[in-house]
Amino acid sequence: MSHDNNAETAIRDASFGAEEFFQERDGSINIGREAVDRHVEDGHSEQVALLWLGKDGARRELTYGDLKDLSSRFGSVLHDNGLKQGDSVFVLMGRVPELYACALGTLRAGMVFTPLFSAFGPEPIRTRMEIGDANVLVTTASIYKRKVAAWRDQIPSLKLVLIVGDGDVPEGCVALGPALDTASPDFDPVKTKPEDPALIHFTSGTTGKPKGAVHVHNAVIYHAYSGKHALDLQPGSIYWCTADPGWVTGTSYGIIAPLVNRVTMIVDEAEFDLDRWYGTIQREKVEVWYSAPTAIRMMMRAGAEATEPYDFSSLRFLASVGEPLNPEAVVWSEKVFGQPFHDNWWQTETGGIMIANRPGMTVKPGSMGKPMPGINAGIVEREDGTLKELPDNEIGELALRPGWPSMMRAYLHEDARYQKCFVDGWYLSGDLAMRDADGYFWFVGRADDLIKTSGHLIGPFEVESALIEHEAVAEAGVIGIPDETAGEIVKAYVTLNPDYNASDELERAVRGHARKKLGPAVAPREIVFRKTLPKTRSGKIMRRLLKARELGLPEGDISTLETDET
Amino acid sequence: MTEEEIRTAYLEELSRVAPDIDPETVGDDDHIQDDLELDSMDVLNLVTALHERTGVDIPEKDYPQIATVALAVGYLKAKIK
Repeated sequence: MSHDNNAETAIRDASFGAEEFFQERDGSINIGREAVDRHVEDGHSEQVALLWLGKDGARRELTYGDLKDLSSRFGSVLHDNGLKQGDSVFVLMGRVPELYACALGTLRAGMVFTPLFSAFGPEPIRTRMEIGDANVLVTTASIYKRKVAAWRDQIPSLKLVLIVGDGDVPEGCVALGPALDTASPDFDPVKTKPEDPALIHFTSGTTGKPKGAVHVHNAVIYHAYSGKHALDLQPGSIYWCTADPGWVTGTSYGIIAPLVNRVTMIVDEAEFDLDRWYGTIQREKVEVWYSAPTAIRMMMRAGAEATEPYDFSSLRFLASVGEPLNPEAVVWSEKVFGQPFHDNWWQTETGGIMIANRPGMTVKPGSMGKPMPGINAGIVEREDGTLKELPDNEIGELALRPGWPSMMRAYLHEDARYQKCFVDGWYLSGDLAMRDADGYFWFVGRADDLIKTSGHLIGPFEVESALIEHEAVAEAGVIGIPDETAGEIVKAYVTLNPDYNASDELERAVRGHARKKLGPAVAPREIVFRKTLPKTRSGKIMRRLLKARELGLPEGDISTLETDET
Repeated sequence: MTEEEIRTAYLEELSRVAPDIDPETVGDDDHIQDDLELDSMDVLNLVTALHERTGVDIPEKDYPQIATVALAVGYLKAKIK
């Protein structure tokens, strides 16, 4: 049997420092408590936990004591509205302090937290809320009106919509601010069990709907461990993770790992802005900085001279994640920041950093580093339904021996897809990689059709589905094409319905439609029209062939090709 | 280029990068990221398009200066030779 070795039965030989979390406990573990209350109990109530920088120049400090108060009040608001342990709370907003209070309050209340990227269009939001049976949505009035109001009534599970910010509260919604003010600040963390669901992060599939990866409260052990050993987070460190909590990095390492390790974390509401970023590092004396290749490449474009007015001497450790960091960027960062960016690798499913250039390790520019201590990674190849481990320097699929605390426990309502991830006691990542003789891993590409753009994984199916909703579009095939800044960008090949002719205006109309439905991060940046698309006998569009042609690569096995591209 | 020509060029390139935006509805002080929801790749594409259209080289540190129609018109006018 190839499927009996799943996460539940796999090896559990490493404790990842778990013992310190279970001191004087009763077998319960709650992320909200570990991130906040533990530090307050230890006398660190006055330490700044979150330093928030507003778009307009505002600066607000929240201490661990403040986070305890706010997250307790949020827990009370949920409780007062009849929500129960295990209920599902979705958050859809920019990086404002309330988001962090909601995340911690939801976990504290034993409910399940799902962050969504606020720049998603209505379509990805709705799909995810349907799959996740959302009971609560926390958002802003503006996002609610533009992206949610039209279909809110069609989500039967949704009981409560909380609105952040001043101004009008749309009909059927509740203002969060006044609710927090009147809620009780006394709300003890729920005694959740280690395997109780805590977080659901959505990730894209090649086919079908997005998958909700379920993570449990016990994951906090690995968040703490990896934050400390992969990112060098120490109590009191000034730390800045630039990722948005709408993606897994911004939650695992933008909320949980830093707070559990009692750092002071910077949260910048604004998007990438060169001088703002450099100024923030200098002014706030950032010590540990976790960012992404797209941003790093944008800094490189601006050149070393743009960094000259700034003092970066506070920086102690730099890390990058999302897609492979090119060697030039590693070398460049060492020159201008005095520290190289340390690339690391992990996925929504793994919940935490698996392979890393850790503090103190020699960085091999272009490599993702070595497996974290306690993590067993290999390069494998499928052979007759079983797996064969490949020797060094051979390209295969990157696989992990499951069993660490932050590994996903399920894809929500999709057990078959979940089981498919595990073969012969390995978790298959879907990434192609190789390991060199020194044990460093090197990313090669995706084993499937998923697109990695600006560090986000985009499923072509979700994009194609939105495109064919446009009246002019008959069929669509979506692929990722290389881009020097974003890694890959989304490109669509489209055939038109009769009565429609290809034109610049139509290209814009279709792209505009996709952006409205999906949001700019997911919609295609480029659309080309074709008379026909390459398809198999069963009518499946051969994305692989479109991509090979786009890149000028060999077309490989085309024996299943029935109709070709014209 | 006159201010009006720069404004027209800017709005045309903006709606090419982000065709979900109706240029008629864009206010002079609407921020391309905060109000019009462009992402950073959109901004990069807009900068490239404006460079090709006007010949003005816009370095990264000046991106905030093209973040609204009003700012961009002033900035580009001063830079166009």
